[in-house]
Amino acid sequence: MERIFTMPEAMKPEQTLYCPGCGHGIAHRLVAELVDEFGIRDRTIGIAPVGCSVFADKYWNFDVISAAHGRAPAVATGMKRGRPESFVICYQGDGDLAAIGTAETIHAANRGEDFVTVFVNNAIYGMTGGQMAPTTLVGQASMTCQLGRDPEIMGYPIRVCELLKDLPGVAFMARGSVDSPKNVLKTKKYLKKAYSNVLEGKGYSFVEIVSPCPTNWGMTPLKALKWLRENMLEYYKLGVFRDCDAEG
Amino acid sequence: METSFREGLGMSEKVLMKGNEAIGEAAVQAGCQCYFGYPITPQNELTAYMSKRMLEEGRVFIQSESEIAAINMCFGAAAVGVRTMTSSSGPGISLKQEGISYVAGAELPVFYVNVMRGGPGLGNIAPSQADYFQCTRGGGHGDYRVIVYAPSDVQEQYDYTMLSFDLADRYRIPVMLATDGILGQMMEPLVLHDYKDPGDLPSKEAWRLGDAVTQEPIWITSVRLGEGELEEHNFKLQKKYEEIVEKEVRFEETAVDDADIVVVAYGTSARVARSAIEMARAAGIKVGLLRPITLWPFPEKRIREIAEKVDDMLAVEMSLGQMWEDVRLAACGACRVHLHGRTAGGVPDEAAVVDQIKTILSSKGDEIIRNF
Repeated sequence: MERIFTMPEAMKPEQTLYCPGCGHGIAHRLVAELVDEFGIRDRTIGIAPVGCSVFADKYWNFDVISAAHGRAPAVATGMKRGRPESFVICYQGDGDLAAIGTAETIHAANRGEDFVTVFVNNAIYGMTGGQMAPTTLVGQASMTCQLGRDPEIMGYPIRVCELLKDLPGVAFMARGSVDSPKNVLKTKKYLKKAYSNVLEGKGYSFVEIVSPCPTNWGMTPLKALKWLRENMLEYYKLGVFRDCDAEG
Repeated sequence: METSFREGLGMSEKVLMKGNEAIGEAAVQAGCQCYFGYPITPQNELTAYMSKRMLEEGRVFIQSESEIAAINMCFGAAAVGVRTMTSSSGPGISLKQEGISYVAGAELPVFYVNVMRGGPGLGNIAPSQADYFQCTRGGGHGDYRVIVYAPSDVQEQYDYTMLSFDLADRYRIPVMLATDGILGQMMEPLVLHDYKDPGDLPSKEAWRLGDAVTQEPIWITSVRLGEGELEEHNFKLQKKYEEIVEKEVRFEETAVDDADIVVVAYGTSARVARSAIEMARAAGIKVGLLRPITLWPFPEKRIREIAEKVDDMLAVEMSLGQMWEDVRLAACGACRVHLHGRTAGGVPDEAAVVDQIKTILSSKGDEIIRNF
């Protein structure tokens, strides 16, 4: 009998410790499936950021380094410049990428560093227990904005793709979601484009993944998906923001 | 492309070079593949030198967006197994400390330079040794150590840069060259020599990232959350630190054998102390000098031996008693330990040091003479 769906070789046969309904498991798997599809497991280095995905090494079956909070783009830069033949995946959450690591993110993008950034945006700090993230929506409650995010006091949520897309170093920038099979497949398509760009040396390639965090949103997994569609996807529009190939 | 710096130069040829540039050239010779830096005075000549020389050699130079980014780029480059370095001055080193702590925790070889200036805060850009605590106490968070070399001339800045890369690789540890604004910017004749690989440096293939997966994937990290996991790791680090204390202490002695009083000073302060000793000897006062070359590990054993033989030691430093604390710890009450300290760009004056020595020798009892 032919086996048509298996665990990717780039995933370890482990059960993830992520909460029920968390998007990280799907995002991890997409990352791993593409490592297999491109046949690059032997030269792939993943970055496990500070946040819930700090133990990504337990799930990915390739080399992984854990970076300091927000510093993943700098670490990725050092690895890629030090060994240009390596394929670097810079996996980051919203606090990591868009708060503490904003400078590293902007400058790596601006230098057009040749690595893939996977930005998991779930609008909250997960690992520390649900504090306000730079991407927390207006009105959304969190541990540190219990009455809801008030933009007068806390500023507005940052749309990272819209912020970075015009930097000349950016080769590809897209926002997908893992709320439905359709969007998962679309996100994979974006990631595939990001991988092939980097493998061809075209420069900084970035895919944001809008992702649910039922635990810290205080919702059931199903309710979290509904909330994501009705609220996050309204503010964080899905699609391609930059494609150097389309521009010719 | 312009002619390479070394082209046309014979071996053992003397050149006139600035300390900051000598560090850069030594790093190039030692095979540094990636330099990451951010502008700060008084180390700018080093960054400028590397921006030219590294590209000339087809290697990596990045002027990073911050000191924080630079040390994290080093973290990445070291993890894929290439020799890497960064440099800064006190305020920038403070920013790098987070990254250095991660480098220490993940056991990566990284070389970094602190061309010290006056602090605290933005302070000034004058030469100083006021980062002594920061240099010798790890500096960042957690239970770790870094090897610290304190050169006192341009030649030593060149030589100890090469050695630093070797020790970083041998022990998989951050190694710092602690110099200052005078040493970094002064020009002195320098004998260039080729880097000599000691040959017994451990291979990086077993732990570096990005090699073909022939074994289990490699994980480089400083996070250890399992019960007892971090303590076990830190005990392992401690064992390494003890080996370093055993094998890597370096110091230089001048006229210690018959001395009644021994001055302890490093770097620029040691240059002044040398002159002070000559002046004092000419006046018939028996003074010796112990110059720590490694600030960590500190030559505490030797200081203890000397403290047993003399009545007085004098710490001369361009900080207000930071190294003095280590000398007192090492002497452990066996003799009086006095202090001559200048700060924030102040450089000890040899005549003032000799005056203090005279005061010390005429003082009695447990009195500690502190001059600052």
